[in-house]
Amino acid sequence: MEMEYSALRNLVDSWGMLAMVVFFIAASAWALRPSQRRAQEEAANIPFKED
Amino acid sequence: MSNEPQAFGFHSKIERNVSLLLVLSLLVVTIGGIVEIVPTFLLQNTIEKVQGMRPYTPLELAGRNIYIREGCYLCHSQMIRPFRDEVERYGHYSLAAESMYDHPFQWGSKRTGPDLARVGAKYSNEWHVEHLTNPRSVVPESVMPPYAFLANNELDTSSISGHLKTLRVVGVPYTDDMIANAEADMKSQGNPDADNKAFQARYPKAVVGNFGGGKPGKPTEMDALVAYLQMMGTLVDFQAYNPAENER
Amino acid sequence: MKNAYSSIAVAAAAFLALMGAALGQDPTFRIHFWIIFASLAVGAVLLMRNMKLAGGAPADQSAYMDEVIRYGVVATMFWGIAGFLVGVLIASQLAWPELNLPPYFNFGRLRPLHTSAVIFAFGGNALMSTSFYVVQRTCRARLFGGVLPWFVFWGYQLFIIMAATGYLLGITRGQEYAEPEWYTILWLVVVWVCYLLVFLGTLLKRKEPHIYVANWFYLSMIVTIAMLVIVNNLEVPVSLLGMKSYPVFSGVQSALIQWWYGHNAVGFFLTAGFLGMMYYFVPKQANRPVYSYRLSIVHFWALIFLYIWAGPHHLHYTALPDWAQTLGMVFSVMLWMPSWGGMINGLMTLSGAWDKLRTDPVLRMFVMSLAFYGMSTFEGPMMSVKSVNALSHYTDWTIGHVHSGALGWVGMVSFGALYHLTPKLWGRERLYSLRLVNWHFWLATLGIVVYASVMWVSGIMQGLMWREYDSNGFLVYSFAETVAAMHPYYVLRMFGGLLYLVGGLVMAYNMYRTIRGDLRDEIPMGAEAPAVKAAQ
Repeated sequence: MEMEYSALRNLVDSWGMLAMVVFFIAASAWALRPSQRRAQEEAANIPFKED
Repeated sequence: MSNEPQAFGFHSKIERNVSLLLVLSLLVVTIGGIVEIVPTFLLQNTIEKVQGMRPYTPLELAGRNIYIREGCYLCHSQMIRPFRDEVERYGHYSLAAESMYDHPFQWGSKRTGPDLARVGAKYSNEWHVEHLTNPRSVVPESVMPPYAFLANNELDTSSISGHLKTLRVVGVPYTDDMIANAEADMKSQGNPDADNKAFQARYPKAVVGNFGGGKPGKPTEMDALVAYLQMMGTLVDFQAYNPAENER
Repeated sequence: MKNAYSSIAVAAAAFLALMGAALGQDPTFRIHFWIIFASLAVGAVLLMRNMKLAGGAPADQSAYMDEVIRYGVVATMFWGIAGFLVGVLIASQLAWPELNLPPYFNFGRLRPLHTSAVIFAFGGNALMSTSFYVVQRTCRARLFGGVLPWFVFWGYQLFIIMAATGYLLGITRGQEYAEPEWYTILWLVVVWVCYLLVFLGTLLKRKEPHIYVANWFYLSMIVTIAMLVIVNNLEVPVSLLGMKSYPVFSGVQSALIQWWYGHNAVGFFLTAGFLGMMYYFVPKQANRPVYSYRLSIVHFWALIFLYIWAGPHHLHYTALPDWAQTLGMVFSVMLWMPSWGGMINGLMTLSGAWDKLRTDPVLRMFVMSLAFYGMSTFEGPMMSVKSVNALSHYTDWTIGHVHSGALGWVGMVSFGALYHLTPKLWGRERLYSLRLVNWHFWLATLGIVVYASVMWVSGIMQGLMWREYDSNGFLVYSFAETVAAMHPYYVLRMFGGLLYLVGGLVMAYNMYRTIRGDLRDEIPMGAEAPAVKAAQ
């Protein structure tokens, strides 16, 4: 346990935390970006096409 | 994902291609399992080096199968965690080696009743029979169901060698000798008057006795279950066990 | 040639089951096969009575295949109530142990019956019927495979009967949520592969170029469950005519693979599959597209990638190597993020339409299910932290956590889908009564709140009592004393479950009247005059 804990702690204290934050922001930005809005809207409306 | 328009372009392909979606999602869900499971087969130190472990005797094995059949694992754990209170209440914390012959494991996930990993040799056979027959007669607070019917069910001794053979297929080191004598061993372990020398040579530390009050040579399910309970957690020699050598 | 081949196939299967009943090596196996034979024989007779050797209009291949979904909706309701009922029974057994009736109705045999009935029978039928509905609508294509969807439906019901009767007879593998023995699992694998074929085939013949996100979740659920079931059930039967088998894996590997399976039965069966349901039915019921389609894509990949790692958090502080425990904990905590991403995506779908909650109790059901999803996916990562788990593991807290997810999330989203589907599938103008839906909503919500909070108290109390020391350094409580302390909580828990069961019965009545075509003469929701309240 000690070894894993210190390794993880090390990771989080150094570049690990930065990388995760950057990844999180990038993923959120990608998810909420307005580009290709039309294609997205079209896909989201598939359930309303047919009943 | 640095070049996002391209990434999205690729993703829109996935959104339109069933096979791609199927293959990629299967790939994504296999990674975690492989990384976690495969090393436990490869790393030598997954299972500690201990002295005293042996396969179950035929009677104990039959008892273990009754334990499984009745769903005992749903209320009793067989896994003592390395905490002060658990070690004081139940005994030495459980080792991986202690369940190395358990197909399947019975560690449990809930303690509606107490842990049983080291219940062996703590109570008398008579106590166990009374407790299984009518739990509240010995533990008034108990919510355990009664298992009196076990004493009326005679064990099927004829098929036990097939069970040992099957377990050998999946890796339990049952010898030809053990398999050939399985039926006889099953009958004689519960009979203190029988000649049990060869049996005890096959299964070191196996306890012989009238476990469940059945007739000698005609063991019942009660005999088997009590024989199993009485051996639980008694095999490993903790005098010879060195935790420092088994750091994982 | 309607039903001709099907009746022959079912009759042949019944004959095989009869052979099993005759030649079985152990008495339990023989009884089990008599039951299987009886089920198949009834099926064969029913099929033959509806057989037409010639003529009959072929099914309209351009229309959706909805008959099998109607059966699925009724089966979901039926198994749901059966599962809740057994749940109330075993909760009562813990409060009053005299209710155990050995050997067939002891707690140890009924508990797998309860868990399998709610997860695999209720949940499984909900997943199958909604996935058949959703995949047809979002692909604008009829189900693939001719009679194959019928085989999947009836084959799955037979699996449920085999598993359930087996538990009562004492046929079990002794691994939680993976109890059915080898031959029952073999049958399940056959049915499940056919399910995958129907689903994939329908996706392949879709008229819509884009695969709607709900189908991704369903598809990943079907594939992952196949992988998990097959690996966790690798075993060698003692005899091909006997019930008993021994798993290939032992000890620590057996434990790790079991919880890799077990946690992902939660992650894929009870989460990914039901998220597929959410991504179709919440937008439909709210009549608005999902809040962010792109977020749903991130949600999907992050969820399926992270979930599969989380299994070892069931084995904290056990003999599982520490590195595996740590991995399980880290990924479980990370799982919080996609889970809440999905919850936000579902809830925000209602943004700008929150007023609909006032008049639409079905939508209210969906919202409450998302709220419970958010609650239990926060609680889960917290309980997977080792120091919290040290207290919570082995206690009722875990049981409470599971039920807030199962009753709150899985149950409520399924009820919502059933209420949405019933009028549509039977061509009714609306449900028989929205006010009864409202009753169901409050009974279920109250039931869950009682259940979960009682289990928090009893679980934490249990954990603290086990580890309490007095000033002399002795353990304060014997185990038996901690059992006695649980009694009032077990009674209250049973009451919470009872409320939930009554809610289910209200739903069954409402669905029955809807299917019959009745409309209750009632004042619409939200248009309540004070005088009406007095009249109620």
